[in-house]
Amino acid sequence: MSVAYDEPEVGELLAPVPSENYLNCSHGFWSWAATVDHKRISIMYLVSVLSAFLLGGILALMIRMELWTPGRTIMDHDTYNHTFTLHGAVMTFLFIIPSIPAALGNFLLPVMIGAKDVAFPRMNLGSYYLWLGGALFLLAAIVLGGLDTGWTFYTPYSTTTNSSVITASMGVFILGFSSIFTGLNFIVTMHTMRPPWMTWFKLPLFLWAIYATSIIQVLATPVLGITLMLLIAERALGIGIFDPKLGGDPVLFQHFFWFYSHPAVYIMILPAMGVISELIAVFSRKPIFGYRFIAYSSLAIALLGFLVWGHHMFTSGQSRISAIVFSALTFTVSIPSAIKVFNWLATMYRGSILLVTPMCYALSFIFLFTIGGLTGLFLGALAVDVHLHDTYFVVAHFHYVMMGGTLVAFLGGLFYWWPKMTGRMYSETWGRIGCLGVFVAFNLTFFPQFIMGSRGMPRRYYNYPPQFQFYHQMSTVGSFLLGLSLCVVAGVLIHSLLRGRKAPANPWGAATLEWQTSSPPPLYNFDTDPVEVDPYDLESQVFDPLLGGYRLREFPARNHPDHDLASEPARV
Amino acid sequence: MTHTPVHPAPAAQPDQHGHAEEHHHSPFLAHHFESSEQQFDSGKLGMWLFLVTEIMFFSGLFCAYAVYRSSHPEIFIYAHKFLDTNLGAINTVVLLVSSLTMALAVRAAQMSQRKALIINLILTLICAGGFLGIKYVEYSHKWHAGLLWAGQFHPDFSHLEGAHQEHGEPASAESSHGHTESSHDTTDPSAPRNAGIFFSIYFCLTGLHGIHILAGMGAIIWILVRSIRGDFSADYYGPVDFVGLYWHLVDLVWIYLFPLLYLIH
Repeated sequence: MSVAYDEPEVGELLAPVPSENYLNCSHGFWSWAATVDHKRISIMYLVSVLSAFLLGGILALMIRMELWTPGRTIMDHDTYNHTFTLHGAVMTFLFIIPSIPAALGNFLLPVMIGAKDVAFPRMNLGSYYLWLGGALFLLAAIVLGGLDTGWTFYTPYSTTTNSSVITASMGVFILGFSSIFTGLNFIVTMHTMRPPWMTWFKLPLFLWAIYATSIIQVLATPVLGITLMLLIAERALGIGIFDPKLGGDPVLFQHFFWFYSHPAVYIMILPAMGVISELIAVFSRKPIFGYRFIAYSSLAIALLGFLVWGHHMFTSGQSRISAIVFSALTFTVSIPSAIKVFNWLATMYRGSILLVTPMCYALSFIFLFTIGGLTGLFLGALAVDVHLHDTYFVVAHFHYVMMGGTLVAFLGGLFYWWPKMTGRMYSETWGRIGCLGVFVAFNLTFFPQFIMGSRGMPRRYYNYPPQFQFYHQMSTVGSFLLGLSLCVVAGVLIHSLLRGRKAPANPWGAATLEWQTSSPPPLYNFDTDPVEVDPYDLESQVFDPLLGGYRLREFPARNHPDHDLASEPARV
Repeated sequence: MTHTPVHPAPAAQPDQHGHAEEHHHSPFLAHHFESSEQQFDSGKLGMWLFLVTEIMFFSGLFCAYAVYRSSHPEIFIYAHKFLDTNLGAINTVVLLVSSLTMALAVRAAQMSQRKALIINLILTLICAGGFLGIKYVEYSHKWHAGLLWAGQFHPDFSHLEGAHQEHGEPASAESSHGHTESSHDTTDPSAPRNAGIFFSIYFCLTGLHGIHILAGMGAIIWILVRSIRGDFSADYYGPVDFVGLYWHLVDLVWIYLFPLLYLIH
């Protein structure tokens, strides 16, 4: 096709918000339940993962409540074991893994590359229903006898306990396929659906992160699938592969499990890093510093993530030499992670930083992720890990990475793209208050756990000696404040849906393509083909008081001095 | 699912929707693709990625195989002789032939030869059914002989006697001479400990492979129905190609399973 615009007036592209968009173009239950539109699927994912987060959060508060005193506070020890297991399983498999890729990525990936949809829209819908099916199985496990193995399903306990391991494993197996299909869909979309001008190094860094995540999803998740199948076979038939009585090896389960679940940690954090790369650049009003380093570091993390699973097993009886190798490899992961952090800081250096809500989350992320990442080095060091293994130090470490990292980035991304997804602005003041609350309460909840852990408080214990009570109570108070802050966050977003001011196409002055279409976008994402623009060329955007938002200063595809006229057709 | 067409925005894109109609001459071109080539490339890349996940899925079991074979080689040397090499070899040939007919089916689709496509798909299905039939014979034999996974491993050697001689595998028969003497007992004193773990791995690997054969047959039937309907031609043969790729992978997995399980020395 030819160039889409015929000498358009500047501003015309963005001027009127079309009355029809993906939210109101069709109505009724089936227009959502059977939709293949990636934006509607992402909204369904968003609602679903947030419900899962609510469930996991309530379970977390029950755990913290129980730990207010040593011994029994509100539940007996069996119920406690079930509660922390389900908290872990729900948060990991139902919330964090799908959160950014499936909810935000699904919405943004096609729009950011100017495509109409992902490569396989029906598979996309299918992956959502797989998520739903997996969630039903996990919930069924709660009803049918609960689950008390910890989210890691370690053998031999998981093959001998009488809680419903098979149902839960089936649930996680199905969720795994949901994750695989999302990843597969994204990889193909990024390879085949980009406009010709958008080379790999013109992709927003969020997409690089999503791409790296998808690679891990496609390569690692099947191994979890087969591991859970073997676990189910072990329980149902007694195949003996993990059972020492029959000649099997329970540690093999740990190897299999962590071969997936360590890369899965990067499934959780990489998209968060992608979100932060966008936020930092836009709200420092500067092009991102070290684009290629950030892009390649995503791939490096994805790659190195496959080589470090043994660091979960330093005390499980693996050989000394493999422990040393795994420890060394673990330290190498810190290099690409540090590259990202330093590049974000360098981006902010001398930028004109706007402390809007998404940026507040981005700054919280950098702070919390740095603590989470650095404490990971303690755990990767062999001698220190023997002391810290299975203590609250580990709990604090991964909550700093998973919650302080992924959840905070997810919220930041949600606030950043909220106007695009819903077409509504939110209260900036309350948004910031919510963020501050989350940040302070989060630290109050989890920082004491570092201290407890380093003093020997083991994780997953129902009871504890009295000297830990002060820290436990501090943590519990923090957790309830965290719950309250998250309620404020939810309130801000719900208020925005009901009363929010209409969002302009580009409220932030960002240059990535999703801001060139209206908020919310039309069914096929763009009424006119998006204009070629570098994703971090913030100079290309100019504030237009008439629109209440930003618009393109000019059309760089035509006017840029370096533009090669031979490649004139913006899209083919 | 209903897609209301996009309403052109009030201004600025007179020729925006021209391209959609222009490319829609193929009834199988999905709305979000610009061209049939893009759709085909996407499908093909997607299929290859799916095959990668399949390989990773099997690799867990291959890994378990490698771990136990290296730590307990005696179990594998002892236990493999209860597998019937002849039936395994026949099944290998059957699957290889099915891969050939599948490849011919893809070629027929590419050349718009509807009849050849249908015949080759049916031949592939027959081979797949034959494979499963032979597999059923092997499984039921092991079931009766009590040669099951570790938890249910109660071999009945008196029952096995007949099968043992059919084997016709001199090398292993010789090395297992000691066992055949005592094979009238219901237990085998010279059997290594935990021999059942071999059958655990055997049933997991071949069982998972069998499930993939079944899934493949389902996909081939779907393709067959569509070819009878006349969907495929030189312009549009993607699904045949993709199912073909899957079928070759299933075949390839068996090519590894056969020597790893049946041909151990």
